[in-house]
Amino acid sequence: MKKKVLTVDDSRTIRNMLLVTLNNAGFETIQAEDGIEGLEVLEDCNPDVIVTDINMPRLDGFGFIEGVRRNEKYRAIPILVLTTESDAEKKNRARQAGATGWIVKPFDPTKLIDAIERVTA
Amino acid sequence: MDMNEIKEIFFQECEEQLAELESGLLRLNDGDRDPETVNAVFRAVHSIKGGAGAFGLDDLVSFAHVFETTLDCVRSNKLEPTQDVLKVMLKSADVLADLTNCARDGGSVDEARSKQLIRELEALAHGTPLPGAAEAPAKTVAKPAAAKPATAAPAPVAPNDEGFMPVAFSFDDFDPDAVPVEVPTFEISFKPNADLYRKGNEATLLLRDLSRLGEMSIHCDMDSLPSLDGLNPEDAYFSWKISLRTDKGEDAIRGVFEFAEWDCELAIAELAEGEQPEAVEGEAPMQAVPFDLSILDEEPEHPLGVVEEEEQIAAGEREAAVTALETASNVLNLASAAAKAADAKQAPANAASAQQAAAAGQTIRVDLDRVDRLINLVGELVINQAMLSQSVIENDANGTSSINMGLEELQQLTREIQDSVMAIRAQPVKPVFQRMARTVREIADITGKSVRLITEGENTEVDKTVIDKLAEPLTHMIRNAVDHGLEMPEKRIALGKNPEGTVRLTAKHRSGRIIIELADDGAGINRERVRQKAIDNDLIAADANLSDEEIDNLIFHAGFSTAEKVSDLSGRGVGMDVVKRSIQALGGRINISSKPGQGSVFTMSLPLTLAVLDGMVVTVASQTLVVPLTAIVETLQPDAASIHSFGATQRLISIRNSFCPLVDVGRILNFRATQANPVEGVALLVESEGGGQRALMVDAIQGQRQVVIKSLEANYTHVPGIAAATILGDGRVALILDVDAVVAASRGQPLRLESALSAVG
Repeated sequence: MKKKVLTVDDSRTIRNMLLVTLNNAGFETIQAEDGIEGLEVLEDCNPDVIVTDINMPRLDGFGFIEGVRRNEKYRAIPILVLTTESDAEKKNRARQAGATGWIVKPFDPTKLIDAIERVTA
Repeated sequence: MDMNEIKEIFFQECEEQLAELESGLLRLNDGDRDPETVNAVFRAVHSIKGGAGAFGLDDLVSFAHVFETTLDCVRSNKLEPTQDVLKVMLKSADVLADLTNCARDGGSVDEARSKQLIRELEALAHGTPLPGAAEAPAKTVAKPAAAKPATAAPAPVAPNDEGFMPVAFSFDDFDPDAVPVEVPTFEISFKPNADLYRKGNEATLLLRDLSRLGEMSIHCDMDSLPSLDGLNPEDAYFSWKISLRTDKGEDAIRGVFEFAEWDCELAIAELAEGEQPEAVEGEAPMQAVPFDLSILDEEPEHPLGVVEEEEQIAAGEREAAVTALETASNVLNLASAAAKAADAKQAPANAASAQQAAAAGQTIRVDLDRVDRLINLVGELVINQAMLSQSVIENDANGTSSINMGLEELQQLTREIQDSVMAIRAQPVKPVFQRMARTVREIADITGKSVRLITEGENTEVDKTVIDKLAEPLTHMIRNAVDHGLEMPEKRIALGKNPEGTVRLTAKHRSGRIIIELADDGAGINRERVRQKAIDNDLIAADANLSDEEIDNLIFHAGFSTAEKVSDLSGRGVGMDVVKRSIQALGGRINISSKPGQGSVFTMSLPLTLAVLDGMVVTVASQTLVVPLTAIVETLQPDAASIHSFGATQRLISIRNSFCPLVDVGRILNFRATQANPVEGVALLVESEGGGQRALMVDAIQGQRQVVIKSLEANYTHVPGIAAATILGDGRVALILDVDAVVAASRGQPLRLESALSAVG
């Protein structure tokens, strides 16, 4: 069975790149444009792993991760943070919110897939 | 979709982000202190940087990075967005736009300017007294993810419901002597804490990754596992001692724990050659065993039977415990109740913002080609419907049949479809207006004037083609307004005006057209000077009696420039006449009104679309022509008394005590060899370039109708005197008259179109 990835990113460019990369690697991909939409689609799409941006309108990545972790069903789902913010402070905040790991933008497709493989069974 | 398409999307997105950036900065400039505005501005630059990085656009990335760092200072209230700060930021936004264009279309940017701005931005970011503001824009190097062997593409793994995988160890293959000596062995001690699991990490997966690095033996320490009644299913009780033979190095091992190292105790030590892994020795019942990956990847047979075998607990301790312990579910229920309560609180807020999003309007992106194809088809439909109506009317003279009724409804529907399709192409003028903001900034900088641009009605929609062609004349007019219209600040102060000049750009709809007004509060037109200049240039006679309005409109004459010194900006005589011509090419009109000392207002009136046109269908020498309605001032039936001859061939018509040249369209277009008798025809009074009026003679008027414009250039070739073509209800092609070209031809510039017209036939 294909693994299902939920990506949350407000940039159309990044969304498309994620879509192409993940589809090529044989994942099923569901996309949301910000944290609010991410939480909305989460319930129905039942993903195996989530990849999210940090800087987004309406609800940012930190808030989104906290929202996911509050959900009984998804409190242990792997969440990868995809962001250009690689300084320790933001990484730390993401981790405190419950992020599993991170990928630094600009992402390298191989690294992205590696990271997803690493956190999913 | 390939990378090139994504790149195209990236540039489209850049344009939107740049617009967002600029409008956000302008809002800040107007005193908006909403944190969301700052956030939006930050996100815009951040997004551009993110995408640019993916495509290796280094110049763009490095500039965006510095910009972003400074914006971050504003975002975190370390830097006050004062006017001076925003000035630098607006300029930076311009440079960012240049860099983006440059990345897309090639070419070069003003490097000195961008370097200067980088310095200014850095100064802003560092120059603030608050601590932390001077955070270095630490260029981050992505730490290489675990250097996993490229071949280690994992076999698909099907987790059970708990996402839990029992691990079994094989005792069979353990043979330390078989291992080559030169591969170093690492001793790893790994003790996860509960947070590791809480963040979605999983010890099993980490061990699996580790096993891919080389040959691994593993020992699980379960000493701290309490008895069942003292066990918290969410806690972490196990730790592992691993000995791993790998030639990948310590970095690769650390890479595996990249996401987990905060939430575990991790020690990695390389053993000296020949040294035996200590953990393996002397612990007879818990032997270190090679970790068999293939077994890990297998479907678990007894998901609930984990507790039966101690070794198996190792991998899935948490989930196993959850399943095994009824008592613990109370804890979970409590937790889930709390989570639900929190969700319930969150829910109304979510619903509200979702509604907001819906209210903001959902959009789809459609390729422009598709829209154009649709518009074309609808155009055909309109023509077809007209043809159908006409033939029904011809065959059903009394017009009472139900076919006729149906046709009327069809006509109504067709018209509505056409309007709706046109609306698809309609776009707000906002992007053009935003570009003007930049123009104003640049000219203000060069001229040393202080200017404030106010835009109104930027959401007024107009056809995309019109928008595309609007930018150039508008830029020119803005330059004129700032350069010629507004006074220098000192002069304004002396006049008792605000030293900061105002340029107001307004768009609105009025009776099926879009009206764009450009008003400045400058000196207004100096009529004395304009008049003198016109006399000097032989445009008017020295004693000509002109109204104020007529004098104002003289500035639209070719070769007219009132600036005392010719500046680099607005013209060396290429001025408002060019503007007027491009507006007219769009089927528009332009007017000026001016009050000395108070400023000037330019008013442009443009059609909403270039795809259809309201025209008057006329007959000339048995040919059917369409004259654009916008050009026609009035129509009249000349009588013999009002026609006067002038010279050998020229004739004038007197209209309300003024004379107007009479132009026979049939003669100009070479439809006939001699001039028609004016008394037998109809005169269309048209306004042409330069404000002069001409009376165009046609044989008869058939009626007024909206026609679909078909490009003659695209389908045939350019024909002088003809703007385009259309297909009428009877299926015949009718040419649309280029009024300005015909008027120009009447002034003695003959059109050469015999061959062209005979071919169109």
